[in-house]
Amino acid sequence: MATFKILIIDDEQGIRDGTRRILQNFKVDYPFMDEQIDFQVMEAGTGTEGIELIDKEQPDILLLDNKLPDIQGVEVLEYVRSKHYDIVVVMITSYASLELAVKATRDGAFDFIPKPFTPQEIRASIENITKQIFLKRMTQTLNSTGKQIRFQFLSVLSHELKAPLNAIDGYLRMIRERQLGNTIESYDEIIDRSMERIKGMRTLILDLLDLTKIESGKPTQKLAIVDVRKIAQLSVDTMRPYAIQKDVDIYLNNREPVMMKADAGEIEIILNNLISNAVKYNKTGGRVDIFIDKLPELIRIAVSDTGIGLSDPDKERIFEDFVRIKSQQTRNISGSGLGLSIVRKIVDMYQGTIEVQSVPEQGTTFTISLSNPD
Amino acid sequence: MKKRILIVDDDMDYLFQMRLKVEQMGFETVTAESQAEAEKIIQEFKPDLCILDLMMESDDSGFVLGYKIKKKYPDVPIIIASAVTAETGMTFDFRAEESKRWINADLFLDKGIRTDQLHREIKKLLKL
Repeated sequence: MATFKILIIDDEQGIRDGTRRILQNFKVDYPFMDEQIDFQVMEAGTGTEGIELIDKEQPDILLLDNKLPDIQGVEVLEYVRSKHYDIVVVMITSYASLELAVKATRDGAFDFIPKPFTPQEIRASIENITKQIFLKRMTQTLNSTGKQIRFQFLSVLSHELKAPLNAIDGYLRMIRERQLGNTIESYDEIIDRSMERIKGMRTLILDLLDLTKIESGKPTQKLAIVDVRKIAQLSVDTMRPYAIQKDVDIYLNNREPVMMKADAGEIEIILNNLISNAVKYNKTGGRVDIFIDKLPELIRIAVSDTGIGLSDPDKERIFEDFVRIKSQQTRNISGSGLGLSIVRKIVDMYQGTIEVQSVPEQGTTFTISLSNPD
Repeated sequence: MKKRILIVDDDMDYLFQMRLKVEQMGFETVTAESQAEAEKIIQEFKPDLCILDLMMESDDSGFVLGYKIKKKYPDVPIIIASAVTAETGMTFDFRAEESKRWINADLFLDKGIRTDQLHREIKKLLKL
């Protein structure tokens, strides 16, 4: 069982005794809490005494009378705030003037309890506060877990960056030691492989730059009215040489401009990733179709391919960082494993959704809906 | 007869390089690019030694594969080669009896190991 410390600062002995009695055997439970919370009540009769106890005991909750013999309750409140203590403060007042209420709230008072109060009133307030503290602490824990995820990301990233370096290093050593003999042609394949790994690293670095831009937040976002069709055309043109090499045809099935308010760079990242995946994971002679639709308050972009498709469990995983589907069919396809995770992050920024429909061996369609308020 | 070594790694370049090194040492090699592929191979084939990558389909593929190989062929020595130590600072003490029991590897090597060192370790494990 967890115990929260409550400090009551009030010059009336009767109020202190009463509160202690009311809260002595009081317990709070909450569907999300693993355990009940009970309370340890401490008391002080003056503001100075109260501040001493605050420094010494760091209570979780402070019940504070505004009219104290030495200093004002709001001054205690200011002190708590100046020290950045994590204490929830409830003001107990017999006559709360509007002015006082405003000042106290501004200084971080969480609640007011009128004097005289009933046991029920004080219990209700404490219960409410306890839940509030519990949720706040849970959020803090989740945030520090966020840091944990960051650490995992970095260690996977260092693996992804080092693997190609190790491979290239190994090949260079083979060349230096003439391990494949003295004719340069014998080394063609490993030189090609080295260049392939360098290319992969370059892709990874570019994707990381995209990711950093997105994660650094919105300040860099340049919202303007952009033509999604035109951006798609640019993407298609960029991808064309690769598509020709793989004998894949790309069709952009829109002739008219489709305007939306967005950051052109971000829309381009989405389209580049979806179209390049559609080419990359296609079959020889396959096709890629792009459809852009303007719906009420929504822009829908669909990219379909006739490629190798995805299994149901893989559909769930592909939006995670560094996840690449490993199979016999994908073994010669390079990628950073970040593309779709980047797409998902951008789509989230536009309060959008991503849907994946896929049939193994037949193809995959990614449908993205971005909110586009009129 | 030449000793046969199973090498498993999902990085095709590392696999290629390791295979070449091991063949130049005078061994025969069989390779697999995933835990799943290796599991199929060991159904029919008993290697004299295995060199396994740690992170493949999952982060602990090498451990799981090592466990399965030892279960089927308790006498086959297993080397787990990984770059994990350098990247995460995680270290494993394989001499401790307790970790040996669940990890089931005879040796844990860093992927950057020099060829002559590797050769020495393999010979030691094969009692050559």
